[in-house]
Amino acid sequence: MSSKSPPAPLDYLRRWPLRLWIAGVAFFLYAPLVTLIAFSFNESRRNIVWTGFTFDWYAQVFQDDALIEAFVNSLTIAAISTVISVILGALVAVAMWRFRFPGKPVFEGLLALPIVVPEICMGVAMLVFFSRILPWPSDLPWPLDLGAITIAHVSFSFPFVAVIVRARLLSFNRELEEAAKDLGASEWRAFMDVLVPHMRPALVAGALLAFTLSLDDFVITFFTSGPDTVTFPVKVYSMVRFSVTPEVNAASTLLILITVVLTAIGLRMQGKDIARAEGGA
Amino acid sequence: MEQDWKQSRGSFFTAFAPPAFWLTLFFLVPLAIIWAYSFGKNISMTEVAVTGTLSNYARIADPVYISIFVKSIVYAALTTFLCLIVGFPVALAITFAPDKAKAWLLLLIMLPFWTNLLVRTYALMAVLRTEGYVNTVLGWIGIGPLPLLHNNFAVVLGLVYVNLPFLVLPLYSALDRLDRSLLEASLDLGAGHIRTIREIVIPLALPGILSGLLITFIPALGSYLTPDLLGGPDSQMIASVIERNFKRANDWPFGSALSFILMYLTFFAIAAQTLVAARRRKAGGEA
Amino acid sequence: MAKTLISIQNITKRFGNFAAVDDVSLEIAEGEFFALLGPSGCGKTTLLRMLAGLEMPTEGQILIDGQDMSRVPPNKRPVNMVFQSYAVFPHMSVKANVGYGLRIDKVAKDEIEARVREALALVKLDGLEERKPDQLSGGQRQRVALARALVKRPRVLLLDEPLSALDAKLREAMRSELAQIQEKVGVTFVMVTHDQDEALAMATRCGVMHRGVLQQVAAPSDLYEYPNNRFVADFIGSVNLFEGTLTIDEPDHAMIESEELGGPIHLDHGVTGATGATVWAALRPEKIAMAHRDEGAAAPQETNVVPGVVRHLSYLGNETLYEVEIACGRRIKVTRSNVARYEERGFSGGEPVWLSWHPRAPAVLLS
Repeated sequence: MSSKSPPAPLDYLRRWPLRLWIAGVAFFLYAPLVTLIAFSFNESRRNIVWTGFTFDWYAQVFQDDALIEAFVNSLTIAAISTVISVILGALVAVAMWRFRFPGKPVFEGLLALPIVVPEICMGVAMLVFFSRILPWPSDLPWPLDLGAITIAHVSFSFPFVAVIVRARLLSFNRELEEAAKDLGASEWRAFMDVLVPHMRPALVAGALLAFTLSLDDFVITFFTSGPDTVTFPVKVYSMVRFSVTPEVNAASTLLILITVVLTAIGLRMQGKDIARAEGGA
Repeated sequence: MEQDWKQSRGSFFTAFAPPAFWLTLFFLVPLAIIWAYSFGKNISMTEVAVTGTLSNYARIADPVYISIFVKSIVYAALTTFLCLIVGFPVALAITFAPDKAKAWLLLLIMLPFWTNLLVRTYALMAVLRTEGYVNTVLGWIGIGPLPLLHNNFAVVLGLVYVNLPFLVLPLYSALDRLDRSLLEASLDLGAGHIRTIREIVIPLALPGILSGLLITFIPALGSYLTPDLLGGPDSQMIASVIERNFKRANDWPFGSALSFILMYLTFFAIAAQTLVAARRRKAGGEA
Repeated sequence: MAKTLISIQNITKRFGNFAAVDDVSLEIAEGEFFALLGPSGCGKTTLLRMLAGLEMPTEGQILIDGQDMSRVPPNKRPVNMVFQSYAVFPHMSVKANVGYGLRIDKVAKDEIEARVREALALVKLDGLEERKPDQLSGGQRQRVALARALVKRPRVLLLDEPLSALDAKLREAMRSELAQIQEKVGVTFVMVTHDQDEALAMATRCGVMHRGVLQQVAAPSDLYEYPNNRFVADFIGSVNLFEGTLTIDEPDHAMIESEELGGPIHLDHGVTGATGATVWAALRPEKIAMAHRDEGAAAPQETNVVPGVVRHLSYLGNETLYEVEIACGRRIKVTRSNVARYEERGFSGGEPVWLSWHPRAPAVLLS
């Protein structure tokens, strides 16, 4: 007998049918992605038979100015919309948490709308808005020409940030703020010195979510982008429409890499942040 | 606890005004416009007159559009159901896994969730193609090539592939909130695992399970990319029709009406879930 | 003793490298009320959960009624448990909770009805059949958990810290009630607790655990009067421990030379140890007599008498706890019953006293 005991009744993970099931699910989720990554290094254009290792497709990606531009656009939009979303999301979360005001339940419902409304509906609404009400000039210098897309991204991102920050605020001990005021801090100082540090992990998580949502969005961007303001997903979409090419594989692999790195950074920062906020203080 | 806004107007407006302004101008106004448009008609290539007509909604009653709505609902429901079947055992295993394994498993589910939707859809396209991997493997065992792409099968498979993490995470958080000793008590009193899941886990986690199903159903219902890239000519879902009316057919009033019907369906689903959850809570659940 | 019902043989449970339960062997007889006692994290709950089948031992065997339980899942064991949190199913009525196990066993409907009624009467919950758990008090929920387990007529009832969540007054009442219920149904009870009063008051036999190791198994009074080692002596009740060297060890008397006491401790019985070995004398506070002493008075000729000064006193109502400092600076705990209303006057802080004890009062500990 080995020193391992048989599984306890709720150790579902140690039962083979469930292990098999999880392995199957993991295969289902990852096999297409792994295949995609593998064939971004394949010499053959036809993609299915492995003919040899190459970086050619990556070289092609880096020489494709349109793709690079789309990529830079995506990152720029994500960065700007993240900053605005975090500010707006944090403000509204604090306002909702702190104050009682007439019509609050209605406002709460409206704030949840961007989260639940189907993307396609929001996309067409933005299309109409930016072509009829607030036509966004297309000849503005970069990055101002990305304004319409950025605004649309903020609109669907900041309510998500608000949800995360509000959840965090629930665990705030109001006596801390009262103590700060008792010790002479002004409203503003108390906010910055006590409340903001408490919100920090949520702000980081919210920023990460906003960034990913923006980078990930295809549908809404598809309806707000013009011919000169193409983002990475929109560009890849137009490439995919035509054919499956190793170049798209290479570009996608780069995006997956960015996702993995961002996730890793996010998990690290959040882990440290929470440790610092809860344990260190 | 909460402070009345009048007690410190300055702070309240500083915090409240910017987001409220943004939400109104850049979200509610655009929605209001297409709502108005849904009661209008095209008078030229670029102009829409809001006439208060209901003809756009009347057109939706056409069997062609009704069938597309029905198909969208069926696909979304089927997707949600398949995700539940596939995801429930995974969520259960994660819930009771030791801490370290739990973190890794969550990451395993999260990573595709964070990966670009287009990239994931594209990856699936690549393996399902006639000359893709699945058909190659099937070829070795003498089957195929099967038409795996550009049909309804591919759409549902793609929707499950894309939405599975959406359901596993809320399922996990619903199960994780259960008091573990309740499950142990049930086992201790003689119930097997299946019976414990049926009589204890599901009734108690039901509100969480329902909201998880909702979070999966809503995006599946409004999917554009997956049916567009993986589907064939007959696998259009409602979002594709909306897109066509805005981008190609240029019939904005009709597109707007379709959008609002889709939105009403979404709200209906949310209301239904809220109602069921509320009734459950009130009844306390019958054994 | 009645026949053995539970036989725990060399059970070890490791979590990683940490042995939560370390080579424990124990036999529990039919009809006993057995308490597993120890500080939190000592492994007692893990041991209980292994009896229930909710944890699996890394090594060793558990036999119930002579049957090896190693491969028997919890739902097939003749054992039921009352959980610390009670684990009453919140979505079921009291009646449905109590009948749950019987429904699973496919007992006939009217028999379930009758047995549930009987079980609820036993725990004095008649009339609350239709209530939901959130309409019950903590004490009532516990009774539901108890009825739910007993209704299955298990060979063994396991109780995990059954009284810890109740308030102090209720706990006292529940102690005697649980003991009465056990007597009435005759089922073997195995209880886990960290509360020594609870264990001593209710159990017929106790096992003390520390760091995964079973330190001593004995009847409550033996545990208190004849502890095996320093941990048990210190954990059960209050004690003064003196480290010393065994200098004389004859069948009818012995002596321990203790630096901590600044003198010898005389015993009127032998110690089965080697002379020269380090031993500990455990002296309970109530077994020390205290007398007024005049400053400068010569020491009496008796043995086991030490002079000291009262440094601190805590008035506890029924008794008073004195801390008496002896010559070497060590403080000794002494308790006196407060019978001063009709007896001699008490002692006050700073007062010089004589401490003395009977040569049979100290328990000698070899480890």
